[in-house]
Amino acid sequence: MAKASMSGPTVFGRLGAWAAHHGHSLLSTLGRLSRAPVATAMTVGVLGIALALPAALHLVVDNMRALSNSWESALHISVFLKPGVRVPEAEALATTLRARDDVGSVRVIGPDEALAEFREQSGFGAALDTLRENPLPAVLVVAPPAGITSPGALEPLRGEIERHAAVDFVQLDTQWLQRLFAILAIAQRGIIVVAVLLGIAVVVTVGNTIRLDIQNRRQEIEVTKLIGGSDAFIRRPFLYTGFWYGVGGGLTAAILVAFALFAVEGPVARLAGLYGSGFTLSGLGMGGFGALVGTGALLAWAGSWVAVGRHLDEIEPT
Amino acid sequence: MIQFDRVSKRYPGGYEALSDVSFLIEAGEMVFLTGHSGAGKSTLMKLVALLERTSRGQVIVDGRNLAGVKRSGIPQHRRKIGIIFQDHKLLHDRTVFDNVALPLVVAGIGHSEARRRVRAALDKVGLLDKERLFPVVLSGGEQQRVGIARAVVNKPPLLIADEPTGNLDPALSVEIMKLFGLFNQVGVTVLIASHDHRLIRRLGKRHLMLDHGRLSDRPLHGDGETFDG
Repeated sequence: MAKASMSGPTVFGRLGAWAAHHGHSLLSTLGRLSRAPVATAMTVGVLGIALALPAALHLVVDNMRALSNSWESALHISVFLKPGVRVPEAEALATTLRARDDVGSVRVIGPDEALAEFREQSGFGAALDTLRENPLPAVLVVAPPAGITSPGALEPLRGEIERHAAVDFVQLDTQWLQRLFAILAIAQRGIIVVAVLLGIAVVVTVGNTIRLDIQNRRQEIEVTKLIGGSDAFIRRPFLYTGFWYGVGGGLTAAILVAFALFAVEGPVARLAGLYGSGFTLSGLGMGGFGALVGTGALLAWAGSWVAVGRHLDEIEPT
Repeated sequence: MIQFDRVSKRYPGGYEALSDVSFLIEAGEMVFLTGHSGAGKSTLMKLVALLERTSRGQVIVDGRNLAGVKRSGIPQHRRKIGIIFQDHKLLHDRTVFDNVALPLVVAGIGHSEARRRVRAALDKVGLLDKERLFPVVLSGGEQQRVGIARAVVNKPPLLIADEPTGNLDPALSVEIMKLFGLFNQVGVTVLIASHDHRLIRRLGKRHLMLDHGRLSDRPLHGDGETFDG
């Protein structure tokens, strides 16, 4: 018996062999996938599309948010003073307002300045010349401090200013911005729903592909079980296969998104140019790229776990 | 090494493959298991390798009652047994070397050590020059020898073979059986299921005969010879 007993390798030897086996599984599963390029490409393509759709939608909302944020910097209250209020009085009111915590800056536009601006922008120059006196009032442009982003936060300030004796009326034209924010919030929820559904599609797709793979390699699984392969050992190549599908799907999705971005970039730049804005689309970035590939790998890994858990036990050597 | 104590195996559907079987195989023995087809030889082998569980009775292998081996313990149990099949069960998309190395990979043996052991095992079965070939290009006898190399590469204390010469001509069968004899000589316990009575008689080893699921003490083909271990 002594001669025939198993000799046990050292702990380090085992650990090294274990790591080597993982590395080997990782590479050999990649090799196996590359030997069936058409089937692999189809699976990876489906995963890529499923991952690209929510990523692209997310990017659209992200860009709209960035755009509306730049509009928020234009968020301000226009305070129209009563006719007859002179510039020094307006300056005095501006000084009191500037002292407040909820006011960032105040710009005073005197009637003359307002008329000059109007003349320049409206194109009614000749018509304005016929006016005997300047009909425009002095205006204070009150901007909130830098931290304020939501239009609602300006409402109390607006109410207080409105009660001031010198003030004719106050305009806080933010309703459209509030509507835009509401629409963006709905869009974001919608994207979450789409992302969850397509995430499930990724899990199911990979699960089904791995299930077929398990069936095709039935004999190999049986033999491995016969010679004492543990469940973890048998599971490993299938999990790594799922992992590679996910990574491939994530990369494909990133490429698709980049491609879509490239396609709309020109028109967006032209539109922004027409509005005199320097707005440019922002892409996925390194973080987004990592998140996309990581999510793909994680979902696909989960899908292969499901398949392996359901189908590997069914195969027992006989 | 292997002890059966009043073992019965009934399959779902009511077919009783083994009934009240008791025997003891000592460590280092080489024993043949004979009987007509359907007598229960394969079932007995399966119980030893935990491919099936007993319905009644106890099976003790290498001092361990198999009733106490949980599902998670089965791989560890099978690593102590080299199993050889009539149909070889080789993986045809891997080279001879990779087939033989599989038990070592499964057991987590390092690459250089595995390489050494695989070559030693292939050398013993006389196939060292074929390590790079795929099983499909080998003859039936050579494939069976690859199967044997795979079974012994991890130096298990017990070898079990289910009809290892079932598909081979007499000359090759003798060769394969001699190989088992060599492993037995270095201390490995060997249990071989076979219906090749003439060959078993020639080797003069102990045999167990199954008849409709029961151990029988009838001599082989009634020719008067007995082969008590």
